[in-house]
Amino acid sequence: MIPLSWYMALAAILFAIGVCGFLTRRNIIIMFLSIELMLNAVNLNLVALSHYLQSMNGQVFTFFIITVAASEAAIGLGIAISLFRSRHTVHVDEINELKG
Amino acid sequence: MFTEIFFLYCAVMITGTGILAITRRNPVHAVLMVLILFFHMAGLYLTLQAEFLAAVQIIVYAGAILVLYLFVLFLVNLREEMEVESLVDSAWIGRIISAGLAMILVSVIPAFVLGEKGSWPVERIRELTHTKALGQEMYTTFILPFEIAGLILLVAVIGGLVLAKKDNTTQTLEG
Repeated sequence: MIPLSWYMALAAILFAIGVCGFLTRRNIIIMFLSIELMLNAVNLNLVALSHYLQSMNGQVFTFFIITVAASEAAIGLGIAISLFRSRHTVHVDEINELKG
Repeated sequence: MFTEIFFLYCAVMITGTGILAITRRNPVHAVLMVLILFFHMAGLYLTLQAEFLAAVQIIVYAGAILVLYLFVLFLVNLREEMEVESLVDSAWIGRIISAGLAMILVSVIPAFVLGEKGSWPVERIRELTHTKALGQEMYTTFILPFEIAGLILLVAVIGGLVLAKKDNTTQTLEG
């Protein structure tokens, strides 16, 4: 039986990796990918806790998080495509004006 | 014993591919690293007796979301991408923040106390199979959130189509 703290530590580390990727990369698509990593860390935490608490709520919540992650990816990448069409870049440093 | 080794293997692979994914210069490599990460995440779900979620993880995350990422990467200009500096100027601030966050999160874990046990012990889930148990819970207790999730997906489909559509009107005006 694996202790619950192992799962929680792994989820914390994965979440920190996602935060690091989001803060350090300039490519907007890699930044979205980092958000996916963070959501996956939360999913792992929820599934592990739901298993150890003998409850189904966490796993149902994980299901909804996957739904939200899918829609976030669809809309975020749509924004990335339209951004690339108008600015010819996906770097967040160069997208620093609201209108121009 | 076997599950511990399997967990450690998955944990090492997840941390390693996660770090590789955010440090690779080529975005396609980063997406492929995350693909490996998602497969190992599904393996961890299997150790937690969540078979349906493991399947959903592979089908939806690895099969749909990452393919979407790959297609978008092919639509944007990658050649230019490889030449410019991929990290922000103040990358060390971000690294220090995330390392501090990881240390804080890991250090508070021992203080965590499990709450009251729910009504779904492993034996009951195994008897009913995981998919059926999840479905029972989702279509009774969580029916309203389930409907809202469907609505969110509909909004995402319409939003993605509208955002990615080529704007023909301005092009004809300009040309």
